[in-house]
Amino acid sequence: MITRVEGIPIITVFLLLVLVFIGLAPNVFLGIRIYMSFLTTVPPILILALGLTMVIAAGEIDLSFPSVIAFSGFIFSFLFKTYELTWLAFLGALAGGALIGFVNGVLIARIGIPSIIATLATQFFWGGITTVISGGLSYNIRAIKTEAVWQVFVGRIGLVPVQALWALALAILMWFILNRHRFGEHILFIGDNVKVARVVGINVDRERIKLFILMGVVAAFSAVLLTLENKNFFNTQGQGFLLIALASVFIGGTSIFGGQATIVGSFFGAFIIGMIEAGLVASGIQGFWVRAVVGLVFLGAVIFHLRMERANALGSFAKAFRRG
Amino acid sequence: MSQADFQHVVRLVDVQKSYGNVRALSGVNFSVGCNEIVGLIGDNGAGKSTLIKIMTGVEKPTSGDLYIRDRQVNWRDYSVGKAHELRFETVYQEKSLGEKQPLWRNFFVGRQITNRLGFIDVRRQKAIANDILRNRIGFRSEGINADSPVSVLSGGERQGVAIGRAMHFDADLIVLDEPTVALAISEVRKVLDFVRGIKESGRACVYIEHNLAHVHELSDRLVVMDRGAIVAEIPRGQMTLNELTNFLIDLQHDKPTLSPATPPAADRRAGTAS
Repeated sequence: MITRVEGIPIITVFLLLVLVFIGLAPNVFLGIRIYMSFLTTVPPILILALGLTMVIAAGEIDLSFPSVIAFSGFIFSFLFKTYELTWLAFLGALAGGALIGFVNGVLIARIGIPSIIATLATQFFWGGITTVISGGLSYNIRAIKTEAVWQVFVGRIGLVPVQALWALALAILMWFILNRHRFGEHILFIGDNVKVARVVGINVDRERIKLFILMGVVAAFSAVLLTLENKNFFNTQGQGFLLIALASVFIGGTSIFGGQATIVGSFFGAFIIGMIEAGLVASGIQGFWVRAVVGLVFLGAVIFHLRMERANALGSFAKAFRRG
Repeated sequence: MSQADFQHVVRLVDVQKSYGNVRALSGVNFSVGCNEIVGLIGDNGAGKSTLIKIMTGVEKPTSGDLYIRDRQVNWRDYSVGKAHELRFETVYQEKSLGEKQPLWRNFFVGRQITNRLGFIDVRRQKAIANDILRNRIGFRSEGINADSPVSVLSGGERQGVAIGRAMHFDADLIVLDEPTVALAISEVRKVLDFVRGIKESGRACVYIEHNLAHVHELSDRLVVMDRGAIVAEIPRGQMTLNELTNFLIDLQHDKPTLSPATPPAADRRAGTAS
């Protein structure tokens, strides 16, 4: 059914990178521990990247998710610390993300603010609100380790961190939503050409609002995993995620122009980003190099994707020419 | 296709439309009979697009009545989705297909075959898309199938896909908004054949076109618009292409001279004008 397996280039890049690191630090990268450590650090980034893939597929962008990580993390920690809620705290956190997403959606779809501007503004706003209501404090929630919610979301099955399974399950679900669900198709058409989307009867405004709510909820889930893993909330948590989550999506090969997106690409993109830092440090290269190398890999991947796209476009152009 | 139960697929009565102080349509009466091809002509800004948009539910008029298959429809209940339900399809010049999406998505978008959870039955959609491509539109070139993205199609093929889609969903009325603009001559021929296919399959069509030779050749009736009003209705065979051209030029110079009393010309040489 699927004529071309999705994400072959990015999987190749990923495997090459693993080989390079095995060459540089065999004692680390031939053991299992480093990979288990990736499986705890990468899932929050990966989950953000999955949501962002949908947003970018629609030709939009979301810059506000770092504040969802803070806001929803706060709701979760606050409800646990104050009322000893666990599952309800989880739902509260998701609801917080949904609220932020809904506000974004309304600003973008109904009021017509471009998403880059609207979400830049809401990123400041919700980040600020979180600082205000948390009083700038951090919350230690070490006691949550004995609760079921901790086991279910970030416990261990053998050596495997459970959050990795959640991330994998979410990736599979998102793949089906994007590629096999009506909603995903609407997203792709909106990103492809919004006028076409309207003409074929897609309710563009409603789908956009749904999209940003989805992104908010997904970011909130990421926030809960992060907060649980750290057993701690601090009001600037999430600030480091903005660029790496976006980078994961673009390294994976999703087009900034919308209408084309790959969940598989974002999946491996997140692992590539997550691996470079740990890999470099383990290889004995100074930590200062991390960002420079990320930049290089990023550029390399994007150029690679562009080449592939152009080769395809040229191929089909030639075909059209021959036929005409 | 039941032909006897109604006289007009669509009828607009005394439709007005203003955008602020600008009057786009004034007192327009427009109807399309079943299996009738109506050519809609007029200059840019004459109100053709506004009329089409109102007829297909994209915009609402300031006042006027709408009858679909001789039954009055309330504007409040009318939308693009409702028009689809009533089997009206519009093929816009460049806004009908998602470039980067495969044809099977383009055929069904907005009306996907899904299960209860909204997941698409990809296999069935592809099978039907391939069937339409091969049997209805008559694409036999090896390169094109349901998985091809729209970007590999030529301009004429794109119009064909959009028209084929409309026919698959059993449209009674297909609106074509300048389908031959910016097409090579060989491609234009293909599109005109598609329009003939619409007529042959018993459907009605509103055909907006700049090229007079094309509309003159294909239409059962020509409707001429100027500055927001319908200024002439010309049944097939009443004017030759030359007379039509002169009529429209005179119209622009603000002296419409020809009344529909022109000699009934059976002159068909216009058909080969392009």
